[in-house]
Amino acid sequence: MELGAKLVQVHFTGNLRRHVDCPSMKVGGGTLIEVLNGVFDALPQARGYVVDEHGALRRHMNIFINSERVADRASLTDTVPDGSDVYIMQALSGG
Amino acid sequence: MDPMCISCRHCPVGNTDTEEEAMAIIQVGTRKGLFAYKKKGSGVWTMSNRQFVGDPVNLVMKDPRDGSLYAVLDLEHYGTKLRRSKDGGFTWEEIGVPEYPSELPLEKMPSPDPEDAGREYQPKLEKIWALAPGLVGQPGVLWCGTIPGGLFKSEDLGASWTLVHELWNKEERKVWMGGGQPYPAIHSICVDPKDGDDIVIGVSIGGAWRTRDGGKTWAPASMGMFAEYVGDPDLAKDPNVQDPHLIVQSPTNPSILWTQHHNGVYRSSDRGTSWSESEGLSPSSFGFVVCIHPYDANSVWLVPAEKDEMRVPVDGKVVVNRTVDGGDTWETITEGLPQDDAYDIVLRHAMNVDPTGQVLAFGSTTGSLWVSEDQGEEWSTLSHHLPPIYCVVLTQ
Repeated sequence: MELGAKLVQVHFTGNLRRHVDCPSMKVGGGTLIEVLNGVFDALPQARGYVVDEHGALRRHMNIFINSERVADRASLTDTVPDGSDVYIMQALSGG
Repeated sequence: MDPMCISCRHCPVGNTDTEEEAMAIIQVGTRKGLFAYKKKGSGVWTMSNRQFVGDPVNLVMKDPRDGSLYAVLDLEHYGTKLRRSKDGGFTWEEIGVPEYPSELPLEKMPSPDPEDAGREYQPKLEKIWALAPGLVGQPGVLWCGTIPGGLFKSEDLGASWTLVHELWNKEERKVWMGGGQPYPAIHSICVDPKDGDDIVIGVSIGGAWRTRDGGKTWAPASMGMFAEYVGDPDLAKDPNVQDPHLIVQSPTNPSILWTQHHNGVYRSSDRGTSWSESEGLSPSSFGFVVCIHPYDANSVWLVPAEKDEMRVPVDGKVVVNRTVDGGDTWETITEGLPQDDAYDIVLRHAMNVDPTGQVLAFGSTTGSLWVSEDQGEEWSTLSHHLPPIYCVVLTQ
């Protein structure tokens, strides 16, 4: 990461914190997969909760980049501008 | 103790509180958590532990080699997780789960639902449906059966898993179907207690398969079963279309296998090479669970239900069927079980017997839990208010 580059703030749903200790954190920007890899490097135990074994976003998870919902759920190639907020959320499902 | 003496609840054998029984614990995996009941004395049980409250616990397994408990959490948002406890279920650590390799070719979806059938998909872990430890001489070995039909092996107590490619790559595996699930499920893993490389697995819907070399080669092991639901009488005999709901193996006589099949109850005396149907079951030969005595291969318990679209107890009565003579005769036990307007269904992993063979427990989809301390002769209710029960495991 370039010195002085603006970071991306990543926020996790509180529900996920029942299982994994994942406080909000700042990582480098780029594509969403690059952002998430930055997160998973710091929090490896979070990876399997957010994406499946092929790297696709889990069916009942959502990610918002600022106010936009992620478009590419399979390969996570959406662009994440510097300074963005990324929200890793659970979809409203289950019972 | 005479292991055959199970017919009379008044005899000393059936009512003896051995030290082991006094420590019996029932682990109950439910739609909303894992709960444990501990025996405090004859007929006295108290809830002793509550874990993962709010989360589905699909499966529990105790590894007799080191006493560890394993729990499968089927987290709807976050996927299937595997946790291990080394202190009897009070603290847990997360371990690895099977992962399907990304380089596997796409599969055609085998769902019975016409809207899904034939659609291409990339295999991935949907659910863990079976867990079994290796033998004492195989430290670290665990086996895991999954939906959509992959068998996995771990050699490091679940830290990492490897797909058994030899089974996955079989042409017959590719036509396994889902039964109640969109994908096929390996729900039974019977590891021969004397030869850890001799394994029989059960698949809904894909019959039974046996390896004698630790998974390198596999052969069908469901000849003799009959799949009425396929219609064609010749196809109905095909080992690969059978739907054994659960297969169990006698720990002391591993040649003996039993299955509660979709179309009846079958027994094998040759490790699955051939099966014969056990007749004379009342009120039904349909059900999901079968439970075998820890050291008497002739003693088996079942919980029948109305087949098969109904899937409720016959006439609203919960009963247990038991044989003590290898299926020559069956008795239907009602003592202590609800006989009016009961709609409890017992899933395939929701009945278990303890290592003494004395204590049994089973739980239902409507949250009822029953225990017997006399080999199933008489039952008492522990709860009618648990979440839907997925699995029951007795430990000590």
